[in-house]
Amino acid sequence: MSQSLISGRAAVSATVNGEETSFLCEPRESLLEVLRDRLGLTGAKEGCNNGNCGACTVMMDGRLVNSCCVLGVEAEGSSVTTVEGLGSPAGLSPLQQAFLQGAALQCGICTPGFLVAAQALLEKNPNPTEHEIRFWLAGNLCRCTGYDKIVRSVQATAAQLRGEA
Amino acid sequence: MRAIQYAAPTSVADAVALLQQFGSRARVLAGGTDLIVQMREYACEVDVVVDAKKIPDLSRIELSAEAGLTLGAAVPCYQIYGHAEISAAYPGLTDSASIIGGTAIQGRASIGGNLCNSGPAADSIPTLIAYGAVANIAGPGGLRQTPVEAFCTAPGRNVLQPGEILVSIHLPAQKARSGARYLRFIPRNEMDIAEVGVGAWVQLDAAGSHIEAARIGLGAVGPTPIFASAAGESLAGKAVGSEALAEASALAEAAASPITDMRGTAEHRRHLVGVLTRRALTGAIERARA
Repeated sequence: MSQSLISGRAAVSATVNGEETSFLCEPRESLLEVLRDRLGLTGAKEGCNNGNCGACTVMMDGRLVNSCCVLGVEAEGSSVTTVEGLGSPAGLSPLQQAFLQGAALQCGICTPGFLVAAQALLEKNPNPTEHEIRFWLAGNLCRCTGYDKIVRSVQATAAQLRGEA
Repeated sequence: MRAIQYAAPTSVADAVALLQQFGSRARVLAGGTDLIVQMREYACEVDVVVDAKKIPDLSRIELSAEAGLTLGAAVPCYQIYGHAEISAAYPGLTDSASIIGGTAIQGRASIGGNLCNSGPAADSIPTLIAYGAVANIAGPGGLRQTPVEAFCTAPGRNVLQPGEILVSIHLPAQKARSGARYLRFIPRNEMDIAEVGVGAWVQLDAAGSHIEAARIGLGAVGPTPIFASAAGESLAGKAVGSEALAEASALAEAAASPITDMRGTAEHRRHLVGVLTRRALTGAIERARA
């Protein structure tokens, strides 16, 4: 039984932003720590580190998760998408572009989490109501921009993706 | 976080063996949204984490009109509200699953974990109590069952013994003219911890005019979720109407033993128990008639 226990560093294989990736991590390391400190993907942020603020939000196997509340070793065999997977500096995604144009960020700490979460919403629901957007994003906290510009930027992206803008 | 060991067994027997080997130093991991935070904040001393998500019995959903619903303890919330048949047959469970944490929490957090974390304000437990759900527990001595209303023993504590694991939760089969509703009051508009939560379940007669049976569970108004049995029993045989609901609501208020804290005063909580019991019963009756 104890043979199956992982105590030291474990080798973990996962698909991160579409690329097959392997990393070593200890069982106590969170997925957020792995992404930032071992893979150099510093888009996801550590805010509260307890699942309340959403700054560390990533997609894991098609679901939104708080990467601070996932162990790195749990990522074995999974597919993870971070904000780095949404677009690139040279080719921003429509949502990223809308956040810029709509001034939906100030300090930017919460922004990667909002982008990943809002992207997941738009893939599921291309025409969300304001209430649906606010409910979906309730797990992402922002303390400087305010939510109105974020919500309007998500609405603008949705309209654009539907070909209405 | 202190160093831990991690295992992902693929059978209940292997999980029980690990839990037995490490006793109180081992904890079961499902969605991790409570456990990982508690380990990081040193609220619990854990040496070994037993990931339950590779065990088929804990990730399985079995649903039939005859047998009811057996919900694997590690099934995450999103799979519940994303499941059309569960939402149709057990809408009260969907009420709870869709308001536990925010979207990212629901991607991982499970009803079984909500039960095992045994928080007084857990959003699924009043609902499970209202449905008359039973916890299926495996341990070194084999399998045993505990009604959910007897599962929690104190804040964060429950009947699970070292070596035991919650395998699944069984909700009884639902007959025609039954319905359930969970409602909670929170200071925020969404994603917050309940100041009060109330789960109500009713079985109406064929005409839909009288209540044959009812069960009510209360959250955040005592050290554990509360089964307000007298409130539910008072409704048996009564005509659906404001009089019967008022009596049941008063009995539910009497069953609560709230405290004053940052989320509300004891007085406000007791008042809310009455209001939410009436509204949850009304919602359950509407669903039973639909």
